[in-house]
Amino acid sequence: MTRGPAEFALGNLPVVRRRRWGRWLAASLLLAFLAWIAWSFAHGQIHWPTVGQFFTAPAILRGLSNTVIMAFWAMVAGIVLGTVFAVMYLSPNPVLRGAALFYIWFFRGTPLLLQLLIWFNLALVFPVIGMPGLIEFRTVDVVTPFVATLLGLGMNQGAYTAEVVRAGILSVDRGQVEAAQSIGMTRLTTLRRIVLPQAMRVIIPPVGNEAVSMVKLTSVASVIQYAEILRNAQTIYYANARTIELLIVAAIWYLAVVTVLQVGQHFLEKHFSRGFGQRAAPKAAGDVR
Amino acid sequence: MSDILPMLAARDVRKTFGDLAAVDGISLDVAPGEVVCAIGPSGSGKSTFLRCVNQLEKIDSGAIWVDGELAGFRQAGGALHELSDGEIARQRLASGMVFQRFNLFQHMTALQNVTEGPTTVLGRSRREAGEEAMALLARVGLAEKAAAYPSELSGGQQQRVAIARALAMRPKLMLFDEPTSALDPELVGEVLAVMHDLAKGGMTMIVVTHELGFAREVAGRVAFLDRGRLVEIGTAEEVLVRPTHPRTRDFVAAVLR
Repeated sequence: MTRGPAEFALGNLPVVRRRRWGRWLAASLLLAFLAWIAWSFAHGQIHWPTVGQFFTAPAILRGLSNTVIMAFWAMVAGIVLGTVFAVMYLSPNPVLRGAALFYIWFFRGTPLLLQLLIWFNLALVFPVIGMPGLIEFRTVDVVTPFVATLLGLGMNQGAYTAEVVRAGILSVDRGQVEAAQSIGMTRLTTLRRIVLPQAMRVIIPPVGNEAVSMVKLTSVASVIQYAEILRNAQTIYYANARTIELLIVAAIWYLAVVTVLQVGQHFLEKHFSRGFGQRAAPKAAGDVR
Repeated sequence: MSDILPMLAARDVRKTFGDLAAVDGISLDVAPGEVVCAIGPSGSGKSTFLRCVNQLEKIDSGAIWVDGELAGFRQAGGALHELSDGEIARQRLASGMVFQRFNLFQHMTALQNVTEGPTTVLGRSRREAGEEAMALLARVGLAEKAAAYPSELSGGQQQRVAIARALAMRPKLMLFDEPTSALDPELVGEVLAVMHDLAKGGMTMIVVTHELGFAREVAGRVAFLDRGRLVEIGTAEEVLVRPTHPRTRDFVAAVLR
């Protein structure tokens, strides 16, 4: 297309922006919907002062702390187990590899709720645990709701994290391992100093996601009488019939904990992505010395 | 063989991958302070041989001694006992390796790459290792890049850091596996200059390379490999200018064309 003289004059004309009717419509509908939700909560059978009153009630705070403690330790157990089983999975030893495969298959293949119930009823299979003749405990005394929940959530989490860690390890270039070996590192040192720190870049986002899930998953433990926040909220509303108010209290606390976690994840991701992604422009030849 | 103990002694080394005999019976002695350049077409087994010396590949038969020590095995009670992971790691300290693709640790700065081995493997203090690493980086001309991550360095700079990383372990033998093959042409010179300098300093070196000019200038001997075998070895003059074997002649002619 050649440029005619008429086109040079276009620069002086005002521009009339196109009307985006679709966007206006979508935004209006959404805002109307949100307004309706807000109106419903404001005018529904919700006694807001009760929400405020129970927000920092001792039973709620105790439940909150139990939730956070459980989520933390279950996640720690999950990451430790996941790393161990991921390394076993990648081992040349067929027995270790088989054991890891079985572990992942079993704990990913059965519902978490069912696993919790099995752990809680472990006494039916092993009435006593310990070293025969030396030291023995009755299983019912050892496997408290806390222990059963920790075992259930931790073992289950480990099966998922193992796959994430395995993907992370596989994402590290083989040359990194050879370079580490060439300066005399043993296999374990290579894993600890070179492979895992670089795998973290790939591991952290999904594990952060799983940590968020874990905070909420702890609520499942209410079925085996672990006093986490949702169970304590329920106990309260069974007594005072303020159902929706106490559920709102629990919801706000869950959101608060998850928000803190997400901020932490952001900083962790930043830390482990050092050396990656900031691919600078190739240096000019004159910049060499 | 002369009366001085060779830094590297390889006897009838074989390594197969499936049906392919990558290294098919290579014997080679390298004296202390000597620079040997290995040339040959791709797939000739030169890189595999180098990796066998460093035990990145396990040999199928034959034997390799590095600085008088049998690689990978302990001779006792009329048998050869395979060494443990830790013992192999210790043996690897005798040699330093420079890779075609640099393989710098991506999550560490240039300085951390160089200090990692001395602190983690040799247990030296962070301060002492840091000072020595700075001296090494200065030696390869990269003192002011100490805080840069590999992704912020050019290929030539990365390879020079990799050389410094290997030197930090104070190896007796340096192995170079096509150190300039992955570089842009204008960056080859800076890496070769560092290697030249190292050779002049008396380092024992085995260099797998396609840089015939470098081989001619620096190598005490040049080895021509083809199909896993050591076809011809001699001074640069003998192998590159007056090759006796027709395959060497063809290769040199093809490269120089």
